[in-house]
Amino acid sequence: MALLTLTSPHAKGSNRTANLMRWVIAMTIPGLIAQTVFFGWGNLHNVLWCCLVAVVCEILILKVRKRPVMFYLNDYSAVVTAVLLGIALPPFAPWWVSLVATAFAIIFGKHLYGGMGYNPFNPAMIGYALVLVSFPVAMTTNWAVPQPLLDSPITIGATLDAIWGGTVMDGLSGATPLDVYKHEIAHSISDDVLENPIFGAGFSMGWEWVNVMFLLGGLVLLAKKIIPWQTPVGVLLGLALPSLLFGSDADQYTPLMIHLLSGATMLGAFFIATDPVSSCTTKQGRLIFGVGVGVFTYLIRVYGSYPDAFAFAVLLMNFAAPFIDVYTQPRTYGYSAAKRGAKAKEEA
Amino acid sequence: MSAMTKSSSQIIATSGREVSDFHGGIHPAEMKKQSSETPISIVGVPPKLVLPLQQHIGQACKVLVEVGQQVKKGQLLAEADGYISVGLHAPSSGRIESIDEQVVAHPSGQSDLCITIATDGQDEWCELETCEEYLSLDAETIRAKVRAAGIAGMGGAGFPSDVKITPPKSANITTLILNAAECEPYITADDRLMRERADQVIAGLNLLNKVLGPKECLIGIEDNKPEAIQALQSAIANTDTADCEIELCVAPTKYPSGGEKQLIKILTGKEVPSGKIPADIGVVCHNVGTVVAMYRAVRFGEPLISRITTLTGEQIGKRGNVEVLLGTPISWLLSEYDYKPHKYERLIMGGPMMGFNLTDSDVPVVKTTNCILAPDHKEMPLPEPAQACIRCGLCAEACPAELLPQQLYWFARGQEYEKAEHHNLFDCIECGACSFVCPSSIPLVQYYRHAKGEIKQQRADQAKSDQARERFEARQARLEQEAAEKAAKRKARAEAAAKAQAEKKAKAVDAPAEKSSEVDAKKAAVAEALARAEAKKAEKAQAEAQQNPEELKDAWDKAQSKLDKMLDALESAKENNPENVEKLTRAVEKNQMRVNQAKQAWEKASKEADTLNFAEARVTIDQTSVDELQVAFEKAESKLAKMEDALANAQPEQVEKLTRAVDKNKVRVDQAKQAWEDAKTALSAAQVAASDSDEKETVELPDLAELELALEKAESKLIKMEDALANAQPEQVEKLTRAVDKNKVRVEQARLALEDGKKLHADAKNEGAAVAAEEKPDIGALEVALEKAESKLMKMEDALANAQPEQVEKLTRAVNKNQQRVKVAQEELNSARAALEGN
Repeated sequence: MALLTLTSPHAKGSNRTANLMRWVIAMTIPGLIAQTVFFGWGNLHNVLWCCLVAVVCEILILKVRKRPVMFYLNDYSAVVTAVLLGIALPPFAPWWVSLVATAFAIIFGKHLYGGMGYNPFNPAMIGYALVLVSFPVAMTTNWAVPQPLLDSPITIGATLDAIWGGTVMDGLSGATPLDVYKHEIAHSISDDVLENPIFGAGFSMGWEWVNVMFLLGGLVLLAKKIIPWQTPVGVLLGLALPSLLFGSDADQYTPLMIHLLSGATMLGAFFIATDPVSSCTTKQGRLIFGVGVGVFTYLIRVYGSYPDAFAFAVLLMNFAAPFIDVYTQPRTYGYSAAKRGAKAKEEA
Repeated sequence: MSAMTKSSSQIIATSGREVSDFHGGIHPAEMKKQSSETPISIVGVPPKLVLPLQQHIGQACKVLVEVGQQVKKGQLLAEADGYISVGLHAPSSGRIESIDEQVVAHPSGQSDLCITIATDGQDEWCELETCEEYLSLDAETIRAKVRAAGIAGMGGAGFPSDVKITPPKSANITTLILNAAECEPYITADDRLMRERADQVIAGLNLLNKVLGPKECLIGIEDNKPEAIQALQSAIANTDTADCEIELCVAPTKYPSGGEKQLIKILTGKEVPSGKIPADIGVVCHNVGTVVAMYRAVRFGEPLISRITTLTGEQIGKRGNVEVLLGTPISWLLSEYDYKPHKYERLIMGGPMMGFNLTDSDVPVVKTTNCILAPDHKEMPLPEPAQACIRCGLCAEACPAELLPQQLYWFARGQEYEKAEHHNLFDCIECGACSFVCPSSIPLVQYYRHAKGEIKQQRADQAKSDQARERFEARQARLEQEAAEKAAKRKARAEAAAKAQAEKKAKAVDAPAEKSSEVDAKKAAVAEALARAEAKKAEKAQAEAQQNPEELKDAWDKAQSKLDKMLDALESAKENNPENVEKLTRAVEKNQMRVNQAKQAWEKASKEADTLNFAEARVTIDQTSVDELQVAFEKAESKLAKMEDALANAQPEQVEKLTRAVDKNKVRVDQAKQAWEDAKTALSAAQVAASDSDEKETVELPDLAELELALEKAESKLIKMEDALANAQPEQVEKLTRAVDKNKVRVEQARLALEDGKKLHADAKNEGAAVAAEEKPDIGALEVALEKAESKLMKMEDALANAQPEQVEKLTRAVNKNQQRVKVAQEELNSARAALEGN
């Protein structure tokens, strides 16, 4: 009788990588809707365009690497990278900026390191950092003005014109609240700065809702245990604590709520820093990783020359992740203390 | 009535205990209903029983029967061989058909020695020794009865039970635990046993309480077995012979709560230290089936010849639990229970989490067979192809040992076994929780099994080679000692002979007595004589040429080279001609002494010559010779550096040679340096002397501009080198550091030279006011220079303010330099103005 030879365990849970990735993609939808409501069709267009580029790049590079295309394409990791880029890039970013960012993320950020699971850096942030450094003008002037401040909503035609034709209609684009506050506060006081309509009635018009929506999506991922709680909590702590301790004077520094509810904060904390491949893998390590991302984001936002800094903060902590892992091993059952460091000292 | 009150208090006690949780764990589909709803059936006697001699952990047992012999049910077939071993009994009556190698239940499908019985269907018992008052027996008798019954742990591991109820004297057993968790999906053997024979389970526990005398006796059971809990509760209520209260502790269902270490943590909150056994923390843990077997062995004298096994899985028609004789071929057993095998399906012995695949369905049921699982494709699909690990960490969250499975996987894959061990690979209990939750379907446990196997293999190899090395070293030491003894004897003989000869010669001629007639030492003696002659020559030369250090130096050099040659000879002798070594060593030592003498003589002479010929030295030692010496010194130094590099990269066997060469060269470098410095001091002394005499004009003022240029060049070079060093490959760092250090010295020298030069200039200025007046500094030119420098500085500061981050450092350095230049220009201008006004 022909019997199969397999090793234990024979039972298998229902967790699949593709499932996790699909959940991550699904949970970006609320934030994406908020983006579309407040900033027009740009981000939605970018998400679709980046997905197309990512899938084509993934297929090409898999062919070059002689790997089974559908097997790897079905893990949805390329699509996640593309979705995150589409959300993070400015809504009116020219088509070639998104193309360069996505292609670089997939080809250089992921596959040249060995593909899924082997990339030391967050591929989406690699792509984002590349275009941010290479095309600073395109990356800072193409943010949309919130629709409530416009006389008429941004049309699909105007969006396509901006992205494919390179002609942004006057008044549609402008600087982000983080950018404005950072530069205005240098020679002004808080009350005057906040008179700028882009800050709206609350903290920063549109951005606050986008952030709240990403926060909600992230909380669902937390509840489903798809992302660990340590990373986002670490990020928010790392950003909030320095802001409370050293930057509480709103006449000198960007206030806490603008840090938390503007820019890429919630997207970054729940969707970007939580990329498991390039972040830490121990519980303690993830907390440290998150705090590091938050602190670097704060430092670059406040003292650096970029208005937002999530990409750089994440990449910097990606460097440190393997090192942190070595020093945050958990205590194994039957041991009085956890082992720390790489050297086998206490053996024997 | 009294029993009733007692029982009620016990039931309260059971619900009162707080159970703790263990880390991780999973909740796979339980699938227990497939087999738990029908009573235990008895399958009967198969035509053939196959009994492997090794069904337990430890030594295989020793066969006591012969082929052809008639045996009765319960008769001892093979006895325990050693302490950690158990015996084997005939499960039914019949004739021994063969004792040979047969395929046994093992993951690798290997064969092992088995006793095969052709049963006669009579099922006739041998005589059994029953015992009504088993609780009045003493512990030793109970242990002996358990040992005689051949009982090994029936939960899966198969550790000899009598060993487990004989804890080491050092251990103070405080807690007895009945492992009734049965946490693996599908398996219900213990569940059914507890439902149907709870009184035997409790009786067995009382027996163990008697043997071990613990402070507490706990039953650990998962909350998915309410009927078993009910049955145990009423059994506890009906027993009033307990020495120790039995507490029934219900834990939430979570795999692997039935793991011994995990159950101990759940019930006591304590952890078994890594590498220790539960008895070390005062805990003994037994499986339900084992406890019943021990009870039956003591009460009825029955050896372990059958067990309860779960037959389950969609391929089996009549699923349920069966009491089966050990040795029953699984193929026969399955055919009795309506097994409809599909093509290419698995047959698993044990549960779905930790059970292993059978490669052959004819293997027999053994003492550890708690389940035979025959799932079909639908309920247990084939494993999916593994994807890449995305380090999601779900495995670490599921791991009951709190390991980092994802890291262990990388290390196992990369064959970094040392790191895997450091990450506590050997604390992995192979429960399979990590593989179960892995979203990338990686067969993690298989990687750990492989890594453990490799490490064990490596350790075995290491132990083997260590042993071989020790043997070799012992032999070597013995041979050396023998050789040393031989050499000592020979030496004593030679000395005696030499002494005799010397005495003889002393009488005859007035010649040196040291000369040895030994043939072996001839060479050495010749060398010695030569060296002596050389040394004598040197002495003579010293005596004659008090005024001539050159010659003394020559003599010293010659002696030194001779010494070097002798050292070489000694080295080669060490390798080729051990007998000569001692002689040569002596000769070398003597020569060394002579060399030292020659050196001292020369040094003395040259010092004297220095003092004597100081005036002439002024003439003979000129700048060029100093320069030459410096060049020589630098050459020697660079040679030394090269050699040190070569040494760093050298093959181990060349290291010694190179080290010697390097040391020699170091001495040379030092000498050259000494010579150069001597020459320098001599020169400066000569210069002082010259300045003392009225020859001021002859002292050439150094060219300040040139010196400044040199300094600047050296400085810029140094900066470049420091940059290079900062960006250097690790293997070049040392080299570069050395180069940088050297350059720093050069810069320092250049600066000193410049300062000296400036001082000289200033002196010259002060001394000759007239001259100064003639060479009035061009104030206009200086002012222009200052202005230019200032405007440049401003530009650079602007550039610095707007610079890219990566250029800032460079620019800062440049600005600082320029600031200095401006300052210098300013000072020059000021001093020039002051000088002008002074004039």
